[in-house]
Amino acid sequence: MPTEEHIWQLLEDVSDPEVPVLSILDLGIVRAVRVEGEQVHVTITPTYSGCPAMNTIATEIRLRLLAEGITKLQIHNQLSPAWTTDWMSAAGRQKLEEYGIAPPVDGTATGHLLNLFGADTAVRCPLCKSEHTHLVSQFGSTACKAHYQCDDCLEPFDYFKCHA
Amino acid sequence: MMTDSPMPAPAAAAPTPETPAQLFAYVLQLADTSLILAHRLSEWCGHGPILEQDLAMANIALDLLGEARSYYQYAAELEGQGRTEDDLAYLRSAVEYRNPLLVEQPNGDFAHTIVRQFIYDCFHYHLLLQLKSGPDAQLAAIAEKSVKEAAYHIKWSSEWVIRLGDGTEESRRRVEKALGNLWRYAGELTTPSATEKALQAAGYLPDYAPLQQQIDAHAARVFEEATLPVPQGVFMQKGGKDGRHSEHLGYLLAELQYLQRTYPGLQW
Repeated sequence: MPTEEHIWQLLEDVSDPEVPVLSILDLGIVRAVRVEGEQVHVTITPTYSGCPAMNTIATEIRLRLLAEGITKLQIHNQLSPAWTTDWMSAAGRQKLEEYGIAPPVDGTATGHLLNLFGADTAVRCPLCKSEHTHLVSQFGSTACKAHYQCDDCLEPFDYFKCHA
Repeated sequence: MMTDSPMPAPAAAAPTPETPAQLFAYVLQLADTSLILAHRLSEWCGHGPILEQDLAMANIALDLLGEARSYYQYAAELEGQGRTEDDLAYLRSAVEYRNPLLVEQPNGDFAHTIVRQFIYDCFHYHLLLQLKSGPDAQLAAIAEKSVKEAAYHIKWSSEWVIRLGDGTEESRRRVEKALGNLWRYAGELTTPSATEKALQAAGYLPDYAPLQQQIDAHAARVFEEATLPVPQGVFMQKGGKDGRHSEHLGYLLAELQYLQRTYPGLQW
């Protein structure tokens, strides 16, 4: 019979298909694991409403558990409380930067109505570590990222934007 | 979070026997609205003026599509007749669609798309702020999720209205022309349909007068920075929320629904 601890360990092996360096635990999208006898329940929450990775992630969870002979699995989708980058682990943030994506700078969720043309969040270049960078576009290669460029080494890079 | 004004106290819900059917109709209206605007924005994909803005429109389209799916799934559950989210999106005709006229209007040029988006974002963002503290738990959860995304949208479209309005002679001419074409569809967003009136009476939807004030305040601030006059005395068109659409919706649905109509039940 599977234990909840074992399931959590298995979920560590499931990665985000769009940011493969992050496990879904690093990303903070697994909200709960419950085991009732043979039946396993895993509750996940989407990062962004339209995130196309969610279906893939659900399939990957199913396959990972299946490889351990766990077939009675129900995956639940929970919208509230809404996902925030505050749930991203410290290990996840470090892995992101090493991978070349600047991790979220906490407390800088943009979108405040009064902040039109407001100052860009100071984001550190993941390549040369310079703080002299600028926002190119709030919308990047995926819903969760903004597009930045470093003013010192000129590297264009993705910034995993703070979503709180 | 990014609140502009204090959150109103949650309405006291007083459901009637008709509330579930009205809630279904309203959630479907929200779903149709998000889907149709998402489709319009996705038409820009690969045609944007510059790569970054092409990506921005695709991103916003994706957010709206995700929001639409949440509503369609919930609508299917509320109806409880075995229809799925796909049935609701792909197998209803134009007269059954309940989106307001604004979102089905063609893209036109970039300024036209920006103005359409700006008018919608002002409404959408402020509505979601209200819905997320409403009495229906699932509707509140979807709003809580989506308002974070809508905040990015309104910032983007507001900044573009300012850039274009206070930009070059040509950009200003285009944004003024777009306002002339589109402002007439702004009023429908906050003119309650019969369904919305019933849900307001039952405490499920907020009164639209304070909502309108918040929208007007934001729009006025943006128009001022854009050096554009706030449109006045425009006759407001409506009908989409009652299924009376412009000719554009039929063509849009013909494309959106083509695959499911031609090959029923087809899956990837």
